[in-house]
Amino acid sequence: MPGQPPDGEPVPLDGRLPDSAAQRLGGSPFGVYVHVPFCVTRCGYCDFNTYTAAELGPGASRASYPGLAIEEIRMAGRLLAGRAGPVRTVFFGGGTPTLLPPEDLAAILRAIDAELGLAGDAEVTTEANPETVDEGVLARLRAVGFTRVSLGMQSSAPHVLKVLDRVHQPGRPERCVTWARAAGFGHVNLDLIYGTPGESDADWKLSLEHALAAGPDHISAYSLIVEDGTRLAARIRRGELPPPDDDVLADRYLMADEILAGAGLGWYEVSNWAVGGESACRHNLLYWTGGDWWGVGPGAHSHLGGTRWWNVRHPASYAGRLAAGRSPGRAREVLTDAQRMTERIMLTTRLASGCPVAWLSPAGQAAARQATADGLASSRALASGRVELTRTGRLLADAVIRGLTG
Amino acid sequence: MIRNFCIIAHIDHGKSTLADRMLQLTGVVDARQMRAQYLDRMDIERERGITIKSQAVRLPWRGADGTQYVLNLIDTPGHVDFTYEVSRSLAACEGAILLVDAAQGIEAQTLANLYLALEADLHLIPVLNKIDLPAAQPEKYAAELANIIGCDASDVLRVSAKTGEGVAELLDTVIAQVPPPSGNPHAPARALIFDSVYDTYRGVVTYVRVVDGKLSRRERVLMLSTKAVHDTLEIGVISPEPVPTEALGAGEVGYLITGVKNVRQARVGDTLTSAASPATRPLPGYANPKPMVFSGLYPMDGDDYPELRDALDKLRLNDASLVYEPETSTALGFGFRCGFLGLLHMEIVRERLEREFGLVLISTAPNVVYRVVLESGGESIVTNPSEFPDGKVAKVFEPVVRATVLAPSDYVGAIMELCQSRRGALLGMEYLSTDRVEIRYTMPLAEIIFDFFDQLKSRTRGYASLDYEPAGEQEADLVKVDILLQGEPVDAFSQVVHADKARDYGLAMTARLRELIPRQQFEVPIQAAIGSRVIARENIRALRKDVLAKCYGGDITRKRKLLEKQKEGKRRMKVIGRVEVPQEAFVAALSTEQAPERKR
Repeated sequence: MPGQPPDGEPVPLDGRLPDSAAQRLGGSPFGVYVHVPFCVTRCGYCDFNTYTAAELGPGASRASYPGLAIEEIRMAGRLLAGRAGPVRTVFFGGGTPTLLPPEDLAAILRAIDAELGLAGDAEVTTEANPETVDEGVLARLRAVGFTRVSLGMQSSAPHVLKVLDRVHQPGRPERCVTWARAAGFGHVNLDLIYGTPGESDADWKLSLEHALAAGPDHISAYSLIVEDGTRLAARIRRGELPPPDDDVLADRYLMADEILAGAGLGWYEVSNWAVGGESACRHNLLYWTGGDWWGVGPGAHSHLGGTRWWNVRHPASYAGRLAAGRSPGRAREVLTDAQRMTERIMLTTRLASGCPVAWLSPAGQAAARQATADGLASSRALASGRVELTRTGRLLADAVIRGLTG
Repeated sequence: MIRNFCIIAHIDHGKSTLADRMLQLTGVVDARQMRAQYLDRMDIERERGITIKSQAVRLPWRGADGTQYVLNLIDTPGHVDFTYEVSRSLAACEGAILLVDAAQGIEAQTLANLYLALEADLHLIPVLNKIDLPAAQPEKYAAELANIIGCDASDVLRVSAKTGEGVAELLDTVIAQVPPPSGNPHAPARALIFDSVYDTYRGVVTYVRVVDGKLSRRERVLMLSTKAVHDTLEIGVISPEPVPTEALGAGEVGYLITGVKNVRQARVGDTLTSAASPATRPLPGYANPKPMVFSGLYPMDGDDYPELRDALDKLRLNDASLVYEPETSTALGFGFRCGFLGLLHMEIVRERLEREFGLVLISTAPNVVYRVVLESGGESIVTNPSEFPDGKVAKVFEPVVRATVLAPSDYVGAIMELCQSRRGALLGMEYLSTDRVEIRYTMPLAEIIFDFFDQLKSRTRGYASLDYEPAGEQEADLVKVDILLQGEPVDAFSQVVHADKARDYGLAMTARLRELIPRQQFEVPIQAAIGSRVIARENIRALRKDVLAKCYGGDITRKRKLLEKQKEGKRRMKVIGRVEVPQEAFVAALSTEQAPERKR
């Protein structure tokens, strides 16, 4: 959840959905996102909604968090009354969810099942920082129902980890993969970041190779984004670090795609590669295909039937809202049909499965033909009525999307 | 008991301050109402410290002999672009105060206006201002003035408009020296229109100097050139606000409101007479000024075109010298090709359009008028460089000016070097005093309208002053340089330049555009070409990455809003071929401040 939340209309005190959303409930697959807003230290590049112990202040603590999250889940249960359908995916993100003991995560997961109904084959993921989990923790997570773990590896080069303020030892993420496999996790992801100041092509190649050698079935690789207001942005502004160069980022992306594809991981979203369809992250696909989800926790975004809302950001205000029996929603937007369509085009175009040409306006269709002529979209796919980005096209996805939504 | 006079002075030499003191001293404006530059009514005049429109104000003054006199002060613009307005004001006067800064000496434009005054047979009163300044050198500059106008240095008055010292004596001198008006009060009325101003509330206010006879409130008036008859709604004098009167007699200066809606119906230079008993012979008028400098004005937002058209129509009510006609640019859309008296006039019109009408404009680089003789024998007048004929051109003529530069003699070398580099031909040089010279050149106007004045100032540490007047045309080896993006010519960037400088212009412009135009999804060649011959080339490398890596649940709203904003930005881009050029790039590339072809 980077950046400041957008403006929107107020959320009713009891969190009630507008009629338009209530009527659409159950029409799309349903998931739950749980935001755990705690970190041991804040990384210089990160602008997510997360807090160190010192930043939390009075009225919020890691210990009280699970109870509050469960309170919000109960509220969701009351409002949805089973109409959103069973929960097909759960994703614990952060922050660092694994700063909470596995028992706390298990309690939250049980509440989701009790209040909203967990599907039998649900995908249940948690993010984990390599230094916060070990063999035992991973085994307990698996035992309480987690099916997938996503580890923040970022890089295998010590100097890159240092610039990113990541505290784990190189090699630790790969060991975590082994432990997760041993614990019975069928799905393990490694997150990587490229383009960090000081990273060389060779560093990046090595990171990819180390990640692959650990045997995950999924890899997410992101170019470093220098977000306003972060320590990293300040260091670049002061000239202490060079800014990432777009041409270098493009080269690194192509390296990643080539090496990952060579190892049998195919891209299915601009920044995501998986061994096969079964290994793709179902929770993220739900975001990208217009699904419904309830976001639990401070700053979490939810989307149900064309209405999106976002919670208050600070854990203390979040706690205050729930203690008063109020919705923690800070603001919401009820999407117009045009906005829903814009979002669907914007999100599906980033997927390997692409966007149906039928969704596009005449101008958008012309842009699709132009993008194809420019080699940014597949001509074979266009012939069968879809816009599917080529490798070059993925690097220019935002430009293509501007045309398609034009 | 009437004296009509004006003040001739260079910008900053204190004319408006002197006028302010006269207003106070004669009791026309009291201390409470006083504000600086009282007569400069437009904000823009006050801010820039210049006068654009002439004004006339009536000042009562008891002379040294105890008689009550009426002094009419007719204000004159001080800039070269407005020489035409100066000559209009001069025709309404019998005398002129030549006001010169005692710390700086006479400047080129003052000299030019001085010659106009002499040609109009005006009595001149030389005055040094700012004698309170520590840097004042009244002895030196009094000698210089005496030398120029052929009087004795002791005849040069010394005042401080700031402190008021010497101003009363100056008014007495005006009475003593400026001849009274000499018209015949009993002849049929004849009044010279020396200004016409459009007022939102009152329509056109016509400023007149009555030469013969009398104009009365109860009479209808006749414009001698058009034979149009108008009702007189109001007649009066300015003191310093309009004060209605019954009549204006011979020698008097005042205003008339006739219900005329457009300044063109009360044309400056026309003679106004009584409809009942009209005069037959008009007063000598003056020729309408011809626009010297042209530029395309386009609304930044194409939707504002109707607003721009209305705004120009309104400005023209008040500015007879502004000409414009619609034009279309493939790069900039719908706009107007506008003709101006000079660069300052252009800047002021543009600023007034933006300030008074809230428009945001792009203006193309200014150019002069070219007369192109074709091999076929035909001829075309080119006011827009993109319409310069391709090939089959036999001869090209460009306007030239006689430029006069006044400067300390230390800078003669630097000034000559600059003028030579701008294709100037030396006409002569004279010493005004031991260390000040007047240098005269014939130069192409095109060489002056970019940054000549800035260059002149920077090479003389601000000491040089410049004046120029049209001096016909000359044949020159001129070519049109086109700028092409991805092979598509961008009409707004076409420029006519001397063949010897074409390559420099091309190199500078292509380099500049490479910096200004963002990378596109494809490589964009930028070329400068004369006809089909490419003389300079740059390349904008293709953009390789335009994608945000992450887009998860919490990012979607922000991402959609960003997309909407980008699409809005894209709508405002100008698309040339397939190249999207931000407006800012046009503005920067066309800005005359750092005209690229002038890089040395």
